[in-house]
Amino acid sequence: MRLSGWGNFPVHTAEVSAPDGEAALVSALQKGPLIARGNGRAYGDSAVNRLNTVQMRRFDRMLSFDADSGLLVAEAGVLLGDVIEAFLPLGWFPAVTPGTKFVTLGGMVAADVHGKNHHKVGSFRSCVSWLDLMGADGQVRRCAPDRHAELFDWTLGGMGLTGIVLRVAIRLTPVETAWIRQETRIAANLDAAMDLFEASHDATYSVAWIDCLSGGAQRGRSIVMLGEHATLADLDRKQARAPLSVPRKRPKSVPLTPPAGLLNGLTVRAFNALYYRNGQRNAGTRLVDWDSYFYPLDAILGWNRIYGRKGFMQFQCALPLERSREGLTALLKAISAAGAGSFLAVLKRFGPQDGRFSFPVPGYTLALDFPVTARTRRLMERLDGITIAHGGRFYLAKDSRMSAETLRLSDPRAEAFAQARKDFAARESFASLQSERLAI
Amino acid sequence: MSKGVVLVLGARSDIARAVALRFAAKGHPIQLAARQSESLSKDKTDIELRHKVPVTVHEFDALDVASHAAFVDALPELPRIAVSAIGFMGAQAENETDVELAIRVMRSNYEGPASIFSHLATRFAGRGSGTLVGISSVAGERGRATNYIYGSAKAGFTAFLSGLRNRLAEDDVHVLTVLPGFVATRMTEDMDLPERLTAKPEEVADAIVKAVAAKRNVIHVRRIWWLIMLIIRNIPERIFKRMKI
Repeated sequence: MRLSGWGNFPVHTAEVSAPDGEAALVSALQKGPLIARGNGRAYGDSAVNRLNTVQMRRFDRMLSFDADSGLLVAEAGVLLGDVIEAFLPLGWFPAVTPGTKFVTLGGMVAADVHGKNHHKVGSFRSCVSWLDLMGADGQVRRCAPDRHAELFDWTLGGMGLTGIVLRVAIRLTPVETAWIRQETRIAANLDAAMDLFEASHDATYSVAWIDCLSGGAQRGRSIVMLGEHATLADLDRKQARAPLSVPRKRPKSVPLTPPAGLLNGLTVRAFNALYYRNGQRNAGTRLVDWDSYFYPLDAILGWNRIYGRKGFMQFQCALPLERSREGLTALLKAISAAGAGSFLAVLKRFGPQDGRFSFPVPGYTLALDFPVTARTRRLMERLDGITIAHGGRFYLAKDSRMSAETLRLSDPRAEAFAQARKDFAARESFASLQSERLAI
Repeated sequence: MSKGVVLVLGARSDIARAVALRFAAKGHPIQLAARQSESLSKDKTDIELRHKVPVTVHEFDALDVASHAAFVDALPELPRIAVSAIGFMGAQAENETDVELAIRVMRSNYEGPASIFSHLATRFAGRGSGTLVGISSVAGERGRATNYIYGSAKAGFTAFLSGLRNRLAEDDVHVLTVLPGFVATRMTEDMDLPERLTAKPEEVADAIVKAVAAKRNVIHVRRIWWLIMLIIRNIPERIFKRMKI
């Protein structure tokens, strides 16, 4: 079948199977190198293998929950959204969540996803107690920070290339309500935005939408959104009656794929101006339900289609703290000079990070998306160069186009990762189009 | 008021699991019944964790019709709603040459479901309430060379459900006939199905939950199948017999 990541680029014809048990997975392994695929939310070709893509949707049972410690054991194909639906009513929320709830737990492990609280708690690995991994030999090993530790380390962020994640044990975090107390603050330029982040280390959640098109004194103007889990005392009487539930909204969906080119410099510039003004109007503190706060884009099913049939590419880099200001300025200059702004540009402060191949670095991360055109590809190559020149690296879950050389220049760990895969005998058994492109 | 218990027969199938999850999400306690019921314990835990409803697991063999009365008696509670997702397709080519296998297909898709529904129908009628949901198939609408063993049994089951509905109408027992077209399940995994005509198990489950609430009689899943089958049923036999569909 035709298969791609969330960016609808690149699209390949791939053989896909959906095994329904461990024995069937072992048979899939015997067919040749494979990649496990969750809900297809990596943007590029991370979860595509032309000959042997293994859909994990049949591994979707929740196995146990400890209501004292908040430890959930579930199969890798369980969706994060289903975890929230099941446990938020009991007062538990994922300790780390990416910007969409339509990801599987296995996918979260593979990308070692991060959330708006990275500066405080780190990436997803910080809440993973253990995971069961099927290796190239078909054996299942329980990996934890103190057990098969090396394998655990390489698997978090290892993009499914060390084995097949079967089960995951994650710690949920207790919450009193389903609401977030959001504080919206306006930053007139990049410096102001970074100062705001640096002054907001105590905030549980922080993230900024950044305008990539404005130049001059307004370069990098941002809307910084801080958040705290609301307590019972924060709710009004109506909300307090059912503090752990929020009114359900009907998801909207993008009904058709618009012609390419609808998103151009002009529409993006207009959108950015509007968004900024809207942010200015909403500045201050207000209560936002968990779904709107963490997953605003999930409310528009199929939003990835607004980029047209050719799809879109994501660019996400992380820059070390001491080079961030300079690096971000250079990136923003290149983007606005190209006039190819992105609808959804996100800036976030990262905190300390463990692990062998996880993406975050203490510093700043910038995420952007661009429609697929020859011009934006050239721009992204320029952005690659700027990132490398400032000691930054790239998020593999977003990548669909980087070269093996770019990866190695940006991330000296790539070679060690490739070597570890050899040591685990994983290189002959697990491969994606991305791992082949990046030679890891 | 607490929601009525839903019995799901043939609970190991993809459609059955989706149906159980959908009813559980609405707050219905669930009874899962199938052969090798020990393999259902993971589903029991999963449904309980997701939806906080009690789930019980019961050994049930559709082909062992002599056991059906005792099976119903042994249930901890007579269900409000019973859904039959019992089914077995086999491969038509083997069904043609292996008559014993063909008979197993016929019994699995007609005799077994009809038998257990007969027992449930009598008890539901005695109580004066209940809903029987039979998952049949559009394959039963007209026999085709590629699928007529399975189709003939489904035709029998569809007719049975129609008659049962007629009989039970006065007893306030609702009978819903579900006619899915193609559904992407383990049963159809190796078939090359057209995407637009192929429903996911969750779609079938959603349609069932809605149709039970609305007391519908017969539903197609993916409604386009109603039109497709209308056309297929009306092709003159002299033409139909030469067609390859």
